[in-house]
Amino acid sequence: MSQRNVYLLILIAVVVALAIYIVLPNSPGINALGIHKKFTTRLGLDLVGGVQALLEADLPPDAVIEPGAMDAATSVVENRVNGLGLTEAVVQKAGDRRIVVELPGETDPEKALETIQQTGLLELVDFSGIPQAEAVALVGTRINTDFGLSSAQATQPITGTATVTQTFPTVITGADLRSVNVTTNPQSGQYEVAFTLSPKGKNVFADFTAKHVGDVLAIVIDKEVISVPTINQPIPDGQGVINGNFTAEEANNLAVQLRYGSLPIPLKVIEVRTIGPTLGIESLQKSLLAGAIGFSIVILFMLLYYRLPGLIANIAIIMFAVITFAIFRYIPVTLTLPGIAGFLLSTGSALDANILIFERMKEELRGGKTLSQSVDLGWKRAWPSIRDSNIATLITCGILFWFGSTYGATIVKGFSITLFLGVIVSLFIAIVVTRVLMDLVVANFKSKDYPKWFGI
Amino acid sequence: MIDIIGKRYYYFAFSLLIIVPGLLLLGYMIQSGHLPVSIDFTGGSLLEVRFTSAAPSEADIISLYDRLNVEDVKVQTTGQGSYVIRSSILSEAIRGSIVEELGKAFGTEVVVLRFENVGPTIGQEVTRRAAQAVAVAAFIVTFYMTFAFRGVPHALRFGICAIIAMIHDVAIVFSLTAIGSLIWGWQIDALFLTAVLTVIGFSVQDKVVVFDRIRENTGVYRRLPFETLVNHSIVQTLQRSINTQLMTVEFMLLALALFGGVTLREFATILLVGLLSGTYSSIFIAAPILVVWEGREWRQWFKPRTSSAGA
Repeated sequence: MSQRNVYLLILIAVVVALAIYIVLPNSPGINALGIHKKFTTRLGLDLVGGVQALLEADLPPDAVIEPGAMDAATSVVENRVNGLGLTEAVVQKAGDRRIVVELPGETDPEKALETIQQTGLLELVDFSGIPQAEAVALVGTRINTDFGLSSAQATQPITGTATVTQTFPTVITGADLRSVNVTTNPQSGQYEVAFTLSPKGKNVFADFTAKHVGDVLAIVIDKEVISVPTINQPIPDGQGVINGNFTAEEANNLAVQLRYGSLPIPLKVIEVRTIGPTLGIESLQKSLLAGAIGFSIVILFMLLYYRLPGLIANIAIIMFAVITFAIFRYIPVTLTLPGIAGFLLSTGSALDANILIFERMKEELRGGKTLSQSVDLGWKRAWPSIRDSNIATLITCGILFWFGSTYGATIVKGFSITLFLGVIVSLFIAIVVTRVLMDLVVANFKSKDYPKWFGI
Repeated sequence: MIDIIGKRYYYFAFSLLIIVPGLLLLGYMIQSGHLPVSIDFTGGSLLEVRFTSAAPSEADIISLYDRLNVEDVKVQTTGQGSYVIRSSILSEAIRGSIVEELGKAFGTEVVVLRFENVGPTIGQEVTRRAAQAVAVAAFIVTFYMTFAFRGVPHALRFGICAIIAMIHDVAIVFSLTAIGSLIWGWQIDALFLTAVLTVIGFSVQDKVVVFDRIRENTGVYRRLPFETLVNHSIVQTLQRSINTQLMTVEFMLLALALFGGVTLREFATILLVGLLSGTYSSIFIAAPILVVWEGREWRQWFKPRTSSAGA
């Protein structure tokens, strides 16, 4: 055996061993060399059921979005999703102005979406000069505040009678919050949201409350007046309570919004897709069955038609499947129905490489070359077409991936990723595995009965 | 040796026989506004439900939607008590309560299989970008083929012939979809688009294999007439084409189409036919066109028939 083949054989053994380790159902993961990784098969929403929502910046189409603002919004959304206790949720930026939110296992998305989508901007607004009764009348209405306005627009004198069109001065915003908790009022038993201000906010708040004892300080969320408490005494400790007749869920959702800050960009839901769990399980079982049947037929065909090389191809294909699946679990790639189809198609690609090699090899054998010459020539002659044809497929995958990720079209993306990875692995299989295995077999092959063993 | 190239005009006629009726049907659908485009492209709502203990009529469901002021309602029965309800996009308020309303109206438990709401703007954008994706794919592939065959005379021809054959395959797919939508209610959706792009990718992959043999043989048999050379190359790759495409890939897809469940059936069938067409067009369209081009045969097309190749 040549030195080169020994090295390659070791490489194959290592790769396959690693792959098997990753693929094992109860794989303990890697926990050494500073790498901590668990391996899981991540199934897409179409297989487990769940909700996919596409959020878009709620701004005019020609509005320029500051770089970084969408990233900030994405992380706020992600924090909120996690804060709502939705496990295994995926939040990703898609294109310049969209965010994809995937909530596996969820089937009634409306409440969650509402919480995720709202800006969640808390403002403590100066209502001084407005009588308590008038302030109470404003609860539940939307008002204008000077937060976010330039100073020229902002300073309007406050008149004795409040109107909805008036612009009120904002004292403190949610950016100055340090912590937020859901509590119940000891007297009424109602749910409330208690907050503590940051040191900076605390000073502003202490100053303001000291100067405005007896005035109303409105609590406003997303420009809607929630409550209008009167300042009874200066508040030096920076603590406050939002009381708005909340249910437990509402209070919790509000706390989640406030805790992770307001969205830098208003968002709206432009697409919601729900897959019921029943359909998901059905699809998973059926596609697994289909895959198993297809795979078995192909394995059988290869063995019957190509004989010995067919057996080698089958070994290579099984390695291909294990390695590809291991990569899916390692990254991890979310497996969707089209993703499984992409994987099966790449199996076709891997077989194509083997078939191209074997057909060339048989031609050379028929032409009277020796076995080892045939293997060598078959491989060399088939290589350009394997290379060029697979590059063409990789190009298509790239375009599909670009298309899929810009639109949050995860099904298209999933398909292109699995096909892409499959084609890459199939090239490795063709270049290394089939080659070395063939060399190995041929070197130890004694029989001269080529028709029997090679089906020529 | 089998003479494949000699009968080339028969293959062209055969392909046209399949493509033209389907495309006419598609054209008629576009004209009459019955193009089966899914909400992925138009925006709207799709609700697939299963009623556990009742099977209301389609009209009942439509009238319920009408009461909620939802427009463009179309109901399709997919099984005993199972329906696909398509409509204009549902407002946030209705989106949250429609399932409950259905259950109340028909006195049964409702299992939601699929519920999709797509805004109209995203639909339009997806359509535009989809067209772009296909155009970009075609362009890059031509460019790549020209590059890959740069050593051969008339490298650009290989790229263009591959693209013509690819358009042939896409036309076959569209033709099939038009017929499928008529018979099985197929819809042009994002998955359809994925299938089309895959057919493009694999179609080109297959052409590369056949052209690669021509490329190789050009260097070996310098004296052979081009027609014979191409025929020779096709016959040499025939076994591989049959084994790879028919025996392996098509078997996988057939298994998916037959056992893969409703969601994948349309996708797998389109891929099945598309990839079959991809293999067919390498042998019977792309390579023959190379020969037609080499002989500039179009100069004889409209002259009185003397050659035996004309059909």
